[in-house]
Amino acid sequence: MSKTVPIRSVAADGKAVAARPRSAAFEYLTTKKDELVGWGRKFSIFPYPFVTACCAMEFMAVSSTPYDTDRFGAALPRFSPRQSDLLMVVGTVTHKQAPILLKVYEQMCEPKWVMAFGACATSGGFYQNYATLLGIDRIIPVDVYVPGCPPRPETVIDGIMLLQDKIARERHPIVTERF
Amino acid sequence: MPNSAVFEQVTADFATLAQARTSFGILELAVPAAALLAVARKLKDAFGFDLFLDVTAVDWPKRTPRFTVVYHFYSTTHHVRVRVKTEVPEADPAVDTLTGLFGSAGFMERECHDMYGIVFRGNADLRPILLYEGFEGHPLRKDYAKEHEQPLVPYRE
Amino acid sequence: MDMMLKSPVRSAFAAAEEEGAVIVNIGPSHPATHGTLQVIAALGERVKRIDVHCGYLHRGFEKECESHTWHNLIPYVDRLNYCSALINDFAYCEAVETLMEITITPRCRYLRTLLSEYSRICDHLTCVAASLMELGAMTAFLYLVMIRDYMYEHLAALTGARVTYSYGRIGGLAHDLPEGWLARLDEILTQYTEFTDRIHGLMDRNRIFIDRTRNVGALTTAEAIHWGFTGPILRSTGAPRDLRKDAPYLAYGELDFEVPVGINGDNYDRYYCRMREMDESIYMIRQIVERLPDGPICVDDRRCTFPDKKLVYREIESLINHFKLVMDGPQVPAGDVYVAHEAPNGELGFYLVSDGTGTPHKVHVRSPSFVHMGGLPRLLEGYQLADIIPTFGSVNMIGGECDR
Repeated sequence: MSKTVPIRSVAADGKAVAARPRSAAFEYLTTKKDELVGWGRKFSIFPYPFVTACCAMEFMAVSSTPYDTDRFGAALPRFSPRQSDLLMVVGTVTHKQAPILLKVYEQMCEPKWVMAFGACATSGGFYQNYATLLGIDRIIPVDVYVPGCPPRPETVIDGIMLLQDKIARERHPIVTERF
Repeated sequence: MPNSAVFEQVTADFATLAQARTSFGILELAVPAAALLAVARKLKDAFGFDLFLDVTAVDWPKRTPRFTVVYHFYSTTHHVRVRVKTEVPEADPAVDTLTGLFGSAGFMERECHDMYGIVFRGNADLRPILLYEGFEGHPLRKDYAKEHEQPLVPYRE
Repeated sequence: MDMMLKSPVRSAFAAAEEEGAVIVNIGPSHPATHGTLQVIAALGERVKRIDVHCGYLHRGFEKECESHTWHNLIPYVDRLNYCSALINDFAYCEAVETLMEITITPRCRYLRTLLSEYSRICDHLTCVAASLMELGAMTAFLYLVMIRDYMYEHLAALTGARVTYSYGRIGGLAHDLPEGWLARLDEILTQYTEFTDRIHGLMDRNRIFIDRTRNVGALTTAEAIHWGFTGPILRSTGAPRDLRKDAPYLAYGELDFEVPVGINGDNYDRYYCRMREMDESIYMIRQIVERLPDGPICVDDRRCTFPDKKLVYREIESLINHFKLVMDGPQVPAGDVYVAHEAPNGELGFYLVSDGTGTPHKVHVRSPSFVHMGGLPRLLEGYQLADIIPTFGSVNMIGGECDR
C-alpha cells in the first residue's frame, strides 16, 4: 500500500498545524494528477502469483480464455518480487511457508498491493490446525480478500476490479507543508 | 480373493515368526519389531513384493504397546498386497530402517518420524520433512492438541 | 524489517562440502515448481546433488480428519490431488464402504468410473499444459486450459463446483446426472479431439521439444520400482503396471482399454504416455455412456445413506436417522482397510483405521506424489540445470497430495 502523507502536518514541537488554505485551481490540478496516476497504476498491474494450493487451478483458468485477466491489464505475471506490484497469495499458507511469504512481501517495492485469493489465504479456510497460518493478514497487510474455495474466476475478476477502484481512489500528495 | 496361492506360501513360510490373517483382500502379518527387517527382506527377495508402498503408525494411547507401525508392500508380478504390522512401546519407539532394501522408504520413514516420533534405526537422515526445523512435538499423536500452533513468523498488530 | 528470518529447513549439504560447486536454491515460491517445493541443487556444469524439501503445504490433513465424521471429511479428501478431485473422493468412499461391507449400486459404479476417467483427463491436461508452458509453449497451455475449462464448467453443472467437488458419498453419490449432461459430454469429447490434434501437431515432432525432453530424466523399470514410482512414470519405463488392469476395481473389469507404455522412461515418454492415456480415457467414457445402467445412485442402507427429505419431515424414524448421521456420523465397524485406486499420478491408497465410532481413528493417504519426491534426485542428478524444469513438470507433483 502506498503511504499517503496527511495534509494536516505536525510542527516540530508536536502540535498539529492547520493546513494552509489552497486555491481551487491547485486542488483541481492535484485531483486530476491523482486520477491520472491512479488510472495508470490500476490498468498496469503486474501480479506476483504466490501459488501454493488448489486455487492455482482457478488462477490458471482466470489468466486464460474465456475469463482473461489481460483485459484488465493484470495478465503478465512477474516472477520476481522486485518487478511486480500485486502479490496474489493463491492458496493455503502454512507456518512453514510463512517466512517465505514475508520475505517476498518485504522484497517488493512500493507501491504494492496484496490480494488474498481464496478462503485459505483469507482466514485459513477449513484447515484450523497446527500447520496452517490462519489468514495471511496475520503477517502482511491485505488490500482485497477474494472468498471462495476455490473462488470462481468471475469472483477473482470482481476482486481485481475492486482493487482497481481502490488504487484509483488513492491520493498521492507531492506538495506538503514543508515543500 | 486374488492369488491366494501366494498368500498361503507366505503364511506357511512365516508361520513361526508371524501371525497371519487376511483382511479385505490383503494378507496381514503381525511380527515382533526385531524380526521386521528379516521379514521385509524375505518378502522382497523370495516372494517378489518389490514395491514398497507405505509405512505409517497408529497411536493407541490407552494400549500398551502404544504404537503400531504398519507397512504395505505390493508385488508387481502377483498383483497382491501384504500388510506387516509391528508394535512398539512409547518408551522406545524404534524399528529398523528399510532404506537398505527400498529407496522409497527414505521419505516415508521421515514422515512417520515427524508425525509420530517413531525412530528408524539406521536411517541417517531423519530431518523433519512435513514439519519445519524448530517444531516441537509430534502432531499426529493423540496427546497433541490440533490447534496448538507454533508460528515461525511473529504476528502483526 | 528484520530480514534474518530462520530458514524452516536444514539442507543436506553445505556449500563447503562440494568442490567447485554452486549451490542454487530453487525456492518454494517459484513459477515452475507447481506449488510449493524447494529443490537445493549443487551444480557444476551438471547437477551433482539434489536435496528436495517438501512440506510447505502440509495442512494437517490427517489430524483434521480425526476430528470430523466420516462424511464431513470428504471435502478435505477432495483437496489432496486437487487436479483430479473426484478420484480422491471415490477412493476414500470405497475404502469406507469396504470397511462397512457395503456394495454400491451398478449405476453408481459406472458413474464413478466415468467421472474418474473424466478427472484423469482434467489432471493430465493440467500437467501437460503446465509442463509445456514452462518449456515456452504458451499456445499449447492456452489450448489445453481452454478445453479443461469446458470440462470444469460441465462438472460444475453436475456437482456444483468447478475444482473441488465433494461429490462422492459413502454408499453412493450426492445426486444423479442432470438432464442434457450426457449430450454436452459428447460435444466436449468431440471438441477435445480437435484441440489435442493441434497439440500433437505442435509438439510431437517439434525439434526443440524433442531436444529438451528426449533422454532427459530417464529411468529403468527396476530403478523406478526401487524408488517407488507408480503411474505414468513407471509406465513410461516400459512396464505395463496399471491397477485398473492388474487389480480391477469399480467397472474397469468390464471395459476394453489399453495401457500405454513408453520406451526410455524419459520426459518425452511421460508426455506421450499421458496424451495416450487421455485418449484411452475418452474411449472408456464412450463405452460407459453406451452401457450406463438405470437405477438408484445410493445404496439403500440406513447406516450411511441419508433418507429422503420428504420422509425426514414426516416420519420420526427418518428424522432420527438423519440426525444421527449428521451429528454422530456413520458408525463404521472397528478395523482397518487399505484401498488403492489408480490416480493420474500413480497408486493413491487410503489406509483407514476405525475404532467403531462415527469419527475415524486414523485416515492415512498413500500419496504417489510424496513417494515420487523421494525418487526425484535420481531423475535430476547428472543432468543440466535447465533440465530440472521439464523433468519436474513431467513428474507432476501436486502439492496438496505430496504434503497433505
